[in-house]
Amino acid sequence: MVKRIEEVVEQGGTNEIRPDFFREPPVKYTGGDLPWQWEEDGMVVTRSASWAAPGCHDGCGVLIYTDKQTGKFIKVEGDEDNPYYQGRLCARCITLKEAIYHPDRVLYPMKRDPKFRGQPDKWQRVTWDEAYALIKERFDEIKAKYGAKSIVFSLGTGRGTAPYMTRLQYAFGSSQYAYFLSGNSCYVPRVAASFVLMGAYTCPDTAQYFIDRYDHQGWVPPKNIFVWGNNPLIANADGNLGHWIVDCMKRGSKLITIDPKLTWLAAKSELWLQIRPGTDAALALAMGKIIVEEDLYDHEFVDNWCYGFEQYYEATKEWDLARASEVTWIPEEKIRRAAYLMAEKPSSVQWGLAIDMTMECIAGSAAIVDLWSITGQIDIPGGMITTHQPFNIQTWNPPDPAESLTIEEQKARIGGDDFPALKYSGVVLTQADMTIDQMLSSRPYKIRANWIQSTNALSCTAQQPDTRMEQAYCNAEFNVMLDPFMTPTAQACCDVFLPVCLYPERNGIRSIYYFVQNTNKACKPLGESKSDMEICWELGRQWNAEMWPGDTVEEFFSFTMKEVGMSFEETREENWIYPEFHYEKFRKGEQRPDGQLGFNTPTGRIELYSTLFGQWGQKPVPHYAEPPYSPYNVPDGFNKEEYLQRYPLIMTTGARQWASFHSEHRQIPHLRALHPNPEFEISPQTAAERGIKQGDWCWIENHIGRIQLKANIQPILDSRVVSLDHAWWFPERDAKDSLDKNGKRMGSYGTYASNPNVIIQAGCGESGFGNNCKSQLCQVYLCEPEEIYAQTDMAEIALRFAPNEELI
Amino acid sequence: MSENSQSTEAFGLLINYEYCTGCHSCEVSCQMEHNLPTDRWGIKLQKIGPWQIKQDVYQYDFVPIPTDQCDLCASRTSKGKKPLCVKHCQSLVMDYGKVNDLLKRFDGKSKFTIFVPKSGTKSEVIQVS
Ligand code: SF4
Ligand code: SF4
Ligand code: SF4
Repeated sequence: MVKRIEEVVEQGGTNEIRPDFFREPPVKYTGGDLPWQWEEDGMVVTRSASWAAPGCHDGCGVLIYTDKQTGKFIKVEGDEDNPYYQGRLCARCITLKEAIYHPDRVLYPMKRDPKFRGQPDKWQRVTWDEAYALIKERFDEIKAKYGAKSIVFSLGTGRGTAPYMTRLQYAFGSSQYAYFLSGNSCYVPRVAASFVLMGAYTCPDTAQYFIDRYDHQGWVPPKNIFVWGNNPLIANADGNLGHWIVDCMKRGSKLITIDPKLTWLAAKSELWLQIRPGTDAALALAMGKIIVEEDLYDHEFVDNWCYGFEQYYEATKEWDLARASEVTWIPEEKIRRAAYLMAEKPSSVQWGLAIDMTMECIAGSAAIVDLWSITGQIDIPGGMITTHQPFNIQTWNPPDPAESLTIEEQKARIGGDDFPALKYSGVVLTQADMTIDQMLSSRPYKIRANWIQSTNALSCTAQQPDTRMEQAYCNAEFNVMLDPFMTPTAQACCDVFLPVCLYPERNGIRSIYYFVQNTNKACKPLGESKSDMEICWELGRQWNAEMWPGDTVEEFFSFTMKEVGMSFEETREENWIYPEFHYEKFRKGEQRPDGQLGFNTPTGRIELYSTLFGQWGQKPVPHYAEPPYSPYNVPDGFNKEEYLQRYPLIMTTGARQWASFHSEHRQIPHLRALHPNPEFEISPQTAAERGIKQGDWCWIENHIGRIQLKANIQPILDSRVVSLDHAWWFPERDAKDSLDKNGKRMGSYGTYASNPNVIIQAGCGESGFGNNCKSQLCQVYLCEPEEIYAQTDMAEIALRFAPNEELI
Repeated sequence: MSENSQSTEAFGLLINYEYCTGCHSCEVSCQMEHNLPTDRWGIKLQKIGPWQIKQDVYQYDFVPIPTDQCDLCASRTSKGKKPLCVKHCQSLVMDYGKVNDLLKRFDGKSKFTIFVPKSGTKSEVIQVS
């Protein structure tokens, strides 16, 4: 059993971690008084919830306008009745029309002989039946000869496809569910740490559980919101919309922003902690020490609901202000002030990716969980509310592999037996680095095929050297890609391409926390494209029909949402369905499967000292680890002094832009125009020292290689730090790989030209999680004029990628 | 009509720019609604900052300014709908109406401005589409 803790836990209580467990009170509110479809001025309006592709996986409320006569897509607007975002939309959904009618959309299934990988003119159109038959034949053949475990199913941030793709692979018999960022260092580590320590996941309370939102009786705005390690206004990560923070600011919330960069939120903050990238855990430990020593903690909560307070305090002791300030580069007084603000009630923390992107991210996440725990913020109005998938709907989390895979099949999961934190914390992913290593080395056995769905791994998660991810995929005999657009990964590595339709063209379920809503099909998919869900359902049934109940994909949706007590057709009539939300569930026996008071952890308390980490051979208390490449630390094998002289700047990566979601949207004209070129931020002083002016193309180089980005001089940036965009590729450039003048590989659509991933050292921490993607070292210097790859020509992009409304 | 009463009849866009985050939703909504190319705007964001004013105090604002190609979404407002930029504004800092009514929204606590674009002044409007 993957999710079961087999060892007996001394401290008593249940020893089972079930991230998908919760006791759901009845349906509380719905939007059933509103129609889901009506007519207006010769158009049909369909109320729906967006859910990538395209866009992100937040699922804002939308109204889709289609032509009454032809049924064709006309436009999208926000849905003002929808409580989640109240009619607002970000630029990524606003430009939906340019995605729908994009001339580069792939509209038919295609195949290509593997010997022609990388050659764009070698694709051949096939029918869906042919494509399915080919996949089935090849996958079955590999399974018969080498076992289902030799096929890897990979996903990126996932556009809500995780439960469908994993069900497909479990129907096939493979437990190799992969996400390829080194150390799986995105979101999953924070979730894993939360479940181990709190038996639950928590989010800042911005009234998102209430249909009347900020007017709800009993809700109060957080007094303080800590924006920690993300730029939520742009990122909108993991179901929480960044502008909810602005809503709270208007209602009096103060901000404390922890970010190396002066973001807009940082500029508006009561307190901005300009942290050295990668040192968040040290800051959290130092704040904890002050909170304990200056008696700011919540005694009632700590005494009754926390476990291991003494050991926790012991772990913070070495973090006096002087040391913390030296490590984090934050002035002592500001750290102290942050600790005092954290202790005020209610305070909440909007944390993000920077926490995952350190080698010891689990320990770092724990350090932050402990702060909101000892100050008693959990499940109070305006604090950190516990959340989960409403009604156990399977639209975000994968199904439990134990339901369909044998013990043997589950055990085959790469890394599953090597890292207890991966084995026991409810995570069902493989360990990313081990998976790539195995794909490259074929040890202990060869990976023969890949199913690649909603990920463009070559642009988003490839890490050094630039060919690693590509080679790993290409070592397999047979690769299948599902996407709406041709991508570098598909072009360079794949043999079958299954075209995915966009959200106005399909049915589905929107649900990441808080509520559930149908995504309603408003128009026909262009060409022969199909939804991610439909494809998994159609193929999955061929392997194991029992796992896909229902005669239509909609009937299958009804099955996955059965605990709502309504069918897919019925939920459509309700628009949005919210469960009843209770504060302080832990005081009422609503936070544990056995109905006991407290939290769903072995001790029934928040584990400041983690009994599970202890069992797993990890340090049970939070701790800090210096990044492997930093001004104070360089790995053995390098001459430290020499290395620091050559690469003196901290390189932080993954800067989010309004115009894109990871590698998506580079081909959407009105989005590309907002941010046409890959950029990096640099301080005026650092730029001047190097003769760099605004807009100059520069090399960013370290011991692994170099990439080219355009300088954006930022007045308030620390002169020792540069910050880089991520996941660039250029849909307008050559689909074929090529070499630059010095023999550097550009990759398909130039994806290695400007992508920091290719100069980031891969490798995870002791837990199997975490990689310092946001804290590496580099040097920056001007490109010679003849070295510059290309300046984006917006006129060309506007022309080439103009929407073609004739597409059907 | 006296000059004064004419100004009260003017229509405009109110911006509570204290909370404008520079998200571009207004710009892009206008471009999509009015079929404007990538290098033409009915409303255009201006970025002011960031710079440091004094210790721990920064200037960093965004203000969207309607252009002569803004028709105040005449075809929407005539049907009682909000202009699309107003509807999609992610910080909910925009409003549309008669200048006199908009003025009442000034709360004396945060940074406001009202723009009366050419189309709000009753002089001839340049067709945006
Ligand atoms: S956050 Fe933006 S891209 Fe994501 S669903 Fe909402 S409007 Fe669409
Ligand atoms: S009111 Fe209409 S025309 Fe004017 S800027 Fe806003 S969206 Fe554009
Ligand atoms: S939509 Fe609103 S918050 Fe966004 S840039 Fe425009 S005015 Fe500012």
